[in-house]
Amino acid sequence: MVKINWHTLSGHLILIIGALFMTAPVWVAFMSSTHSAETLFRDGLQVWPGGHFFSNYNEVLFEEGGVMKKVTASRMLLNSLTLGVGFAAGKVVISMLAAYAIVYFRFKLAAPLFWIIFMTLLLPLEVRIIPSYEVVAKMHLLNTYTGLILPLIASATGTFYFRQFYKSVPEELLEAARLDGANAWRFFIDILVPISKTMIAAILIIMFVVGWNQYLWPLIMTTDENNYTLVIGIKQIYQVLSEGGELPQFQKAYALTILATLPPVAVVLVFQSWFVKGLVESEK
Amino acid sequence: MKRVQFSHSPIPYLFIAPQIIIICVFFLWPAAQGIYQSFLLEDAWGLSSQFVWFKNYEDTIFKKSWLQSATFTLIFSFLVTVLSLAFAMLLAVKANEVIQGARTYKTLLMWAYAIAPPVAGLMGNLMFNPLIGDLYFFLNAMGWDFNHKLSSFDASFVVILIAVWKQVSVNFIFFLSGLQSIPKSVIEAATIDCKSSIRRFWTMTFPLLAPTTFFLVVINITYAFFETFGIIDTTTGGAPGGSTSTLVYKVYTDGFRGSDLGGSSAQSVVLMLMVLALTVIQFRLIERKIHY
Repeated sequence: MVKINWHTLSGHLILIIGALFMTAPVWVAFMSSTHSAETLFRDGLQVWPGGHFFSNYNEVLFEEGGVMKKVTASRMLLNSLTLGVGFAAGKVVISMLAAYAIVYFRFKLAAPLFWIIFMTLLLPLEVRIIPSYEVVAKMHLLNTYTGLILPLIASATGTFYFRQFYKSVPEELLEAARLDGANAWRFFIDILVPISKTMIAAILIIMFVVGWNQYLWPLIMTTDENNYTLVIGIKQIYQVLSEGGELPQFQKAYALTILATLPPVAVVLVFQSWFVKGLVESEK
Repeated sequence: MKRVQFSHSPIPYLFIAPQIIIICVFFLWPAAQGIYQSFLLEDAWGLSSQFVWFKNYEDTIFKKSWLQSATFTLIFSFLVTVLSLAFAMLLAVKANEVIQGARTYKTLLMWAYAIAPPVAGLMGNLMFNPLIGDLYFFLNAMGWDFNHKLSSFDASFVVILIAVWKQVSVNFIFFLSGLQSIPKSVIEAATIDCKSSIRRFWTMTFPLLAPTTFFLVVINITYAFFETFGIIDTTTGGAPGGSTSTLVYKVYTDGFRGSDLGGSSAQSVVLMLMVLALTVIQFRLIERKIHY
């Protein structure tokens, strides 16, 4: 007779409930996005696929007036991608350079500059949002990618990750490189960058997700529809829904939700081990 | 600092320059301006302004609406932190124990990390929508006269539920990695000494997870303060009557919708001080090292 292990069984039960709790809302959103507005209005949320997958997503992605007045979700997708990639790449490049200067050089202003960088960790963008808006407006950078990305990069989280990492690099590497006559730039490009590859990948992944998911800053500084990211589109469609109207377009709201969710989730799932490593390491 | 370094030269300044320039333009300048503005009183058209010392602070912080918002923020942060940590810890402990399907469970439990707070907010909002929301129907069918548009308790319930949902995955990832770093020998020794798995959890696992937990408490409070903005904005919008408006949300509504720049800046400065205090506490406690 098989002895039932109640402990293991209850463990699985808890995990199944947890997994359901974490996935069910997105599943329902996805399934509801494949139904017509009428079905959702009449029968409520859907848990099984409907027949409007292609028409709904086509309308949202490519038709003018499908979700917003003018801009299509494919344009917003492009804006989101630019923000995510630009933010991640910019942050990695800038923080690698800065961390290199801090760890590998002795220079007069090292201490005060380090403190300036450290200070940015203490004050998130949210608490200086209005003056930031004014500064960006003064520089005529509203509704531009530059104005969107640069203020977000100002917080120096990445610099600290790379500082930690460089510190763990054996000193012999630099000694050897200098014996071979490498200058500062050569050492950085030929030795430090290649050995940081895993770290760079992990941080790129996390920063892509963080950049893609930015909300408050793009919400404030983009006033032109053409610059909306998908996450900002969410806000607009929410407003349309809450204002009411003839037939609420819930299926479009859900389609937009899924589009805004898919790319960052895909990145996290595909690069899962790097992502976890990056997240856990970076916070130490 | 490395023992072996490059000698003095202008080179390090070139490497550090991009970062410092961006910080000066997009961090120091706005932050300084924010602090300066918090002492100014502007007329309705923003044409003239005068220096009023701490009047903005007095006018906003001693107001009922700010105190209400501060109270909500504290309760909200406390509940979100405790609930999402407890739930994530339970899941992580179980996911670390099971053998079959461990990978699948882990993936399903951690992927929600990638979902943006406002997206989670909209999904949750539709779940509670009076027209189609299944949870709305369910709660009402259960006899709870649920209406998050009118009842501030119900609205807080919605916001907290979504905020917890969004944060479980981050906590889960950290707890799991904390659990995996516990040496096998310790676990074996504990298993021999103590048969009850619940007692083993409280006497061995929980203390060993203390450093992770403490670190996560700080992360979660910061999350509840700042990142939940998107959730609130797409669920209740601070309604009813500002009862679900966190301090950050209030800075935004006062500054952008109410165009009270001085008052909004004063609130920002108070928030900055709160974050600074949190950081100091964090460092103090880390110095004492919660290790067993």
